[in-house]
Amino acid sequence: MHIKRRSFIKLSSLATASLFVPKFLNAMAQDENATVPKGNKVLVVLQLSGGNDGLNTVIPFSNDIYYKSRPVIGLQKDKMLTLTDEVGIHSELSFFKSLYDEGNLGILNSVGYPVPDRSHFRSMDIWQSASDSNKYLQTGWIGRYLDEQCMDCEMLTTALEFDDTLSMAGRGVSQKALAAKDPARLLNNSKDAFLKSLTKMYQHDLHSIEHESPVDYLYKTMAATQSSASYIFEKSNSKKTTATYPNTQLGKSMKTISSLILSDANTQIYYVSIGSFDTHVDQIGRQAGLFKQINDAIEAFTNDLKANNKFEDVLLFTFSEFGRRVSQNASKGTDHGTANNMFFVGGGLKQKGLLNNMPDLEDLDAGDLKYKVDFKSVYATVLKNWLGADDEKILGKKMEYLSFV
Amino acid sequence: MSLSNRIKNQHLLSRAGFGVSIDDIPHLDKNNNKFLKEIIKASQDTIQPLEVQDPFVENTLKSMNPDERGDMSKEMFSEMNKPKGKAIRMQSGKDIQQLSIDWMHEMVYSKAILREKIALFWHGHFACNVNNSMYEEELLSIIRNNALGDFRILLKEVSKSSAMILFLNNQQNSKKHPNENFGREVMELFTLGRGNYTENDVKEIARAFTGWQVKTGAGFFFNEKIHDTGNKTFLGETGNFNGDDAIDIILKQKQTAVFISQRLYRFFVNENIDASAIQWLSDRFYKNDYNISLLMEDIFSSDWFYNESNIGIQIKSPVVYIGGIRRFLPMTLQNEEVQIVLERLLGQWLFNPPNVAGWAGEKAWIDSSSLMLRLKIPSLIKNDETLDLKPKTDDDVQMGQKEYLQIGPKKKKSGGYQILASVDWSKLLKAIGEKDKTAVLQKMKSLLIQTPDNKIDDAVIMGDKTDEDLIQFTRRITIELMSTPEYQLC
Repeated sequence: MHIKRRSFIKLSSLATASLFVPKFLNAMAQDENATVPKGNKVLVVLQLSGGNDGLNTVIPFSNDIYYKSRPVIGLQKDKMLTLTDEVGIHSELSFFKSLYDEGNLGILNSVGYPVPDRSHFRSMDIWQSASDSNKYLQTGWIGRYLDEQCMDCEMLTTALEFDDTLSMAGRGVSQKALAAKDPARLLNNSKDAFLKSLTKMYQHDLHSIEHESPVDYLYKTMAATQSSASYIFEKSNSKKTTATYPNTQLGKSMKTISSLILSDANTQIYYVSIGSFDTHVDQIGRQAGLFKQINDAIEAFTNDLKANNKFEDVLLFTFSEFGRRVSQNASKGTDHGTANNMFFVGGGLKQKGLLNNMPDLEDLDAGDLKYKVDFKSVYATVLKNWLGADDEKILGKKMEYLSFV
Repeated sequence: MSLSNRIKNQHLLSRAGFGVSIDDIPHLDKNNNKFLKEIIKASQDTIQPLEVQDPFVENTLKSMNPDERGDMSKEMFSEMNKPKGKAIRMQSGKDIQQLSIDWMHEMVYSKAILREKIALFWHGHFACNVNNSMYEEELLSIIRNNALGDFRILLKEVSKSSAMILFLNNQQNSKKHPNENFGREVMELFTLGRGNYTENDVKEIARAFTGWQVKTGAGFFFNEKIHDTGNKTFLGETGNFNGDDAIDIILKQKQTAVFISQRLYRFFVNENIDASAIQWLSDRFYKNDYNISLLMEDIFSSDWFYNESNIGIQIKSPVVYIGGIRRFLPMTLQNEEVQIVLERLLGQWLFNPPNVAGWAGEKAWIDSSSLMLRLKIPSLIKNDETLDLKPKTDDDVQMGQKEYLQIGPKKKKSGGYQILASVDWSKLLKAIGEKDKTAVLQKMKSLLIQTPDNKIDDAVIMGDKTDEDLIQFTRRITIELMSTPEYQLC
């Protein structure tokens, strides 16, 4: 049985006329023209997977300890762009240097958490779930944001991760983000005629539902995925950006994000990852290659947003599960470390440039940087000041606010 | 209303095992009590050991001098970056993948379904991730050997395994520098549950575990030199306790029996706990001195287990889902490695739990991408379509390198994976034993769909393709029934 999309939507519109139809089926009748008001704030999270080496990203070139600890991989002045008399930025991040100069970049140093963990999976779990390192949570900070903000959301489009699987970050108790590497493919998978006929079949019997059973939950997720996929697909094509983006996975994702922002899609959080920054061996070339991909994609994205007067409404931040050790290892690389820096990019920053002191290389903890800012403070600030959410409830505790937004 | 033996037995197979297998079909009408006894008996038979570890890992680790090897914590995570370390890690990755495949094979083909199912439960309960095949193999063997035995022995052996001591940092727990991680997790995750001990209990019990260490390749040893011999006070008792005493004191707490009963009830019966059932189960579990087999028999022979409110309401875990398809369809899977890709994409990668708390289960299995993939997998099996999805990378194993595990033949163009399975549909049709389409549909639906009052409309499944022969019809409707949300439940 094949149901044409248009008639399918009409059918479900009829269904929503009934008060007895549970809310989730409204998802199928979602108005594909729905947009958010002008000035809506958008967050883009860029995850640097694998543990980026922060000390070769923002470089303390006037500090002797830096070169003593890194005789081979320490970056010389011609391999960086200077930000201040003491601090440089990796030469492949030339666009970030421009952002710094024009006041649209914030750099926060020494971000981490107490009792750091050196396993990739555990430390990423701590960052994504926003838990203390001795606690284990089964939900992520963006997922819990969705639980708070999205109790009545009929679609899964409030947070969108660009990958084939959903990270811990986007998993809430009752709400979850949508994961898709490519909107067209998600649409293609979800519009399967057999699945659509199942959704329709189920809908006929819904008057009997009093409370949500597991099978209702599955049908609800299926229906919401179908409508969300077509919403994201339509939106990403309705005002498709005409700007040129690099032909990398990150470039393609940033291009889709831009198209969705330009068409005022109702997505508030975009989540993108790039890696691997796990540079135990021959760090120099690998890190530079990844930085070039980031630099080119963010340059295209920023210029695109600026040209369309959207840059003030978008905040992008980067993070990595940990930084790396201060000293290089014997394989021209670095091993797992602790605290790290984060970048903030956007036209709406309230505090710019270097937001705090560079890490103190004289005061180390067994060869590792000591954290000065808890990453949960960054989340609290973004949740409260940028997304207007109840950070205390989402993070389960009161964190000190920072002032970059 | 009393249910038929068939419905009860199917429910039992889906919870005590991995669903109905094609070989079960002729026996489904047996007396339910007899059927249960057979399952329990089969699960007490001699265990098929799973030994995959290449001697390379153990030999290389043993051959390294202490300086080369570094801190033992490096034997599990990716920090050992010397060439030998890298070689160990790569071989370990291959070994663990094979261990996972072999274990899946047992789940699908062994008669000891209950043992493998409860081993899967303990694998999540004693969640551990050490990326070292020697240690993972040892831990799985402890779990499978004691899965239906004495919980006291299981708990002690797991706690003394190299994997767990390294994973929970007890190697670093000494009189001078106590490390509380191990003691905390033993109480929080393995026995009592949060809220049933104090922070002071954690501090004190950590002192009892000082000196519990492991040696490369030699396993557990008690390092008296770093053991704290002073008096410790925890859970209301005071004395010069060691680690074994600590575990015995934990087991004296009735709460341990309650916590384990709750965890098992959630896994085998219903995620929503029934207080009176837990009271009854935990009383008996405690009285029976933590005999796991008796506890399982209590669960599966009780009336409430067969209550309609407990049938068809559990979301299959990815491993149960994949195993279930393989048990039901007479199929040969050419590249068993593809199961690892599916496990990773669906969120239950064996030997790689998300954290020490294990897999959250139930609704946490389902998000938009995992559900859409589940609904697509059966047709991938049928059509040999390519699975064009990539799991997230794991830097603890890969150390920034490309995925090195060989996961089946890849299609050149898209780089995706193929399931490459051939199903003997006529064998399935023969096992079903029906001769016309309507009867085949009804039988297939009753075997595959556990939701009691399912809304699957026969007309939608029947379709209007009158030119299909019975085998083509069987193939299509089996795949379609497996592609429903209802099939995700058991």
